[in-house]
Amino acid sequence: MMDALILSRIQFAANISFHILFPTITIALGWVLFYFRVQFARTSDQRFMEAYMFWVKIFALSFAMGVVSGITMSFQFGTNWPGFMEIVGNVAGPLLAYEVMTAFFLEAVFLGIMLFGASRVPAWLHMTATFLVAFGTTMSAFWIIVLNSWMHTPQGFEMIDGVAHATDWWAIIFNPSMPYRFAHMMLASFLTVSFLIAGVSAFRWLIGGRTEGVRLALHTAIVAAALLIPVQILVGDMHGLNTKEYQPAKVAAMEGNWETGTGVPLVLFALPDQEARENRFEIAIPKLASFILTHDWNGKVQGLNDFVAEDGTILHPRVAPVFWSFRVMVGTGLAMLIVSWVTVGLMLRKNRNGTGRRGVDGLPKPVMYGLVAMSFSGWLATLAGWYTTEIGRQPWLVQGVMTTKEAVADVPATLVLSTLIGYLVVYAILLVAYIGVIFYLARRSNMGKSIEPAVPLRPTQKIQPAE
Amino acid sequence: MYTFGDPAQWLPFTFAILMGLSILIYVVLDGFDLGVGVLFPFADDAEKDRMIASIGPFWDANETWLVLAIGIMLVAFPTAHGQILTALYLPVFLMLIGLIMRGVAFEFRVKAPAAYKDLWNNVFFAGSLLSSLSQGFMLGMYIMGLDYTWGHFAFAVLTAIFLTVGYSFIGATWVIYKTDEHLQRKAVGWAKGGIWGLVLGIGAISAATPLVSTRIFEKWFDFPQALYLAPLPILSAILVVWLWSMLQKMPRAGDRGSWHPFVLATLLWVLAFLGMAYSFYPYVVPEKLTIYDAASAPESLFIILIGTCFVLPTIIGYTILAYTVFRGKATELRYD
Repeated sequence: MMDALILSRIQFAANISFHILFPTITIALGWVLFYFRVQFARTSDQRFMEAYMFWVKIFALSFAMGVVSGITMSFQFGTNWPGFMEIVGNVAGPLLAYEVMTAFFLEAVFLGIMLFGASRVPAWLHMTATFLVAFGTTMSAFWIIVLNSWMHTPQGFEMIDGVAHATDWWAIIFNPSMPYRFAHMMLASFLTVSFLIAGVSAFRWLIGGRTEGVRLALHTAIVAAALLIPVQILVGDMHGLNTKEYQPAKVAAMEGNWETGTGVPLVLFALPDQEARENRFEIAIPKLASFILTHDWNGKVQGLNDFVAEDGTILHPRVAPVFWSFRVMVGTGLAMLIVSWVTVGLMLRKNRNGTGRRGVDGLPKPVMYGLVAMSFSGWLATLAGWYTTEIGRQPWLVQGVMTTKEAVADVPATLVLSTLIGYLVVYAILLVAYIGVIFYLARRSNMGKSIEPAVPLRPTQKIQPAE
Repeated sequence: MYTFGDPAQWLPFTFAILMGLSILIYVVLDGFDLGVGVLFPFADDAEKDRMIASIGPFWDANETWLVLAIGIMLVAFPTAHGQILTALYLPVFLMLIGLIMRGVAFEFRVKAPAAYKDLWNNVFFAGSLLSSLSQGFMLGMYIMGLDYTWGHFAFAVLTAIFLTVGYSFIGATWVIYKTDEHLQRKAVGWAKGGIWGLVLGIGAISAATPLVSTRIFEKWFDFPQALYLAPLPILSAILVVWLWSMLQKMPRAGDRGSWHPFVLATLLWVLAFLGMAYSFYPYVVPEKLTIYDAASAPESLFIILIGTCFVLPTIIGYTILAYTVFRGKATELRYD
């Protein structure tokens, strides 16, 4: 039987994993919708309206999923981790408060106008509402990333009688890992949405929905993905170097590197063995880890054995989960790079008669199937990335300040287990329903719908049905 | 000396008021949302669509007041937050499951294949019911000081039922305001049926609360302080009688005064809430922890308060904007 600590950790992981799936979509999709909406107003091009009308439905659905799973998160602190707020509440509290006040209400209130108000308010107000929803989701991400980053690289506080007291809010908000983490997460969101739009559009294409709106959505999404993925790889690398500076134990676990040394090899594959403190079946490239982390082939890299106290207390995370989730994230990122660049390359080919590019129409079927398969690749990479960084912080909850164990509630393990099972069942059902409905909406929008509206609209006019 | 008095005194008090205000706004606003959900089985398919349309643009923002209330408790009274929520572990879990079911059903019932619409309607109803019942249960346990005994449990079951009926009452008054014709007449019937639950609920809580501790008993029944409180029960009684006679005449010609029952119902909630707040002050965990002992460090509270002064009026402003945009009778919810 597992104890309340590990069960509470699994429960928090389950809740926040389920939750983050939906903000990851809504943060970027809000901006994409704003882009479609503005482009329609500017160019009066019906394709933008068609794309807007389809994706706003998925936005609404994702938003609702994000809201309800987010409410669960706000209670988890109290039900399972009361020690967190008791020790660092003076820092975490205001950050969470600002998230609710500057972000939650903004997005929630203007969502109603954005979704259902198009026929009731002037076009400018509708566009403003769309902007404020997108802005609200981004602010929400900002504040929560600030808090999360502070837990990794805490500063700007002093401990008085075992309780953290804020001394410098500027230092707390702009803590060392915040800019990297925020950029990494925003890009992750845009990549997730790019592959979702590309995948669902490819699906619509394959089942015969070859409308201009679908073409536009697919084209926009895959070009965005191709442009963003190299930026993300660069930002990820910078984030890694930042982690090496502040959380060397995490990087050692990511690399599967036990011993401190120079000219450390890059481990591609291994089965880390925590008890024997070594890797089994290791495949490694000599000296590459030193080069990546220090930009010197013989640079010195700290190993996990440096993070064992004299009395044998282990002060580094369990290696295998960090090691593997890091590889899943990097692998998914590389797959994104290859798929998006190949797709764009194929679209850029000249037509056979030499006039213009082939565009979306020139994509072979296997590529379309590949895009469908990649629809939720952003989720995979995002989750794997979060597991890397969060498990990598263990055994600390706030790096160097308090351990996860100090925060856990004194609640019977059976109670934690039974509610955990309850959450998992509900989440599994909802996830199936969510993905099912997205593809159902894709199929439905293809059935018996004319491509052009009967009367073309002027962009300043209130929106009319595009289908 | 301090310019505005000791911040360790007035900051916790200010935050207690802010938290109370958020809870009050939540139980009124999401109260009518949840109530509309609880009334679902009594409506036919077209009526269900109309009822959803009456709350569709608002429910998300309404629910955010719960996040704000729990957030204020979390940041301003972290010790109380931990004590209350660990004591209410299971009902909190059930409420969250209920809120999840209710929230996603809004979307799924219109986006999933038509064959599943009934299923999601049922999920919507079950989620609303589960949330209301668990909130009522938590209210009862809270009043009883968060100790699990059979007597307290039985009382909490009673408050669960009464709060649910109370929510359906305010939900019915919302439907009266936002709809017309057949559905509005039906809602008048629901409101007439629900008002008794509300009266019993407020009555039971008012009767039980003073018995929980002698401190509260003295507040209510010792002279002269009992005199200050006399307006609360008297006003409540007047409101109930007024509501009852008003509902007899509903709906009136030309839809006159269709918003009156909702406003009166809201006032009734406010009075009941004030009575409770008065009883428990200065405790945030009944008879165990005062707001002054549970409060966070003044410098942290202060930085939140500065933000609140700017942000809260803005929130209220654009909330009013949203209600103005969607004023009048509920119409079909469309994205275009």
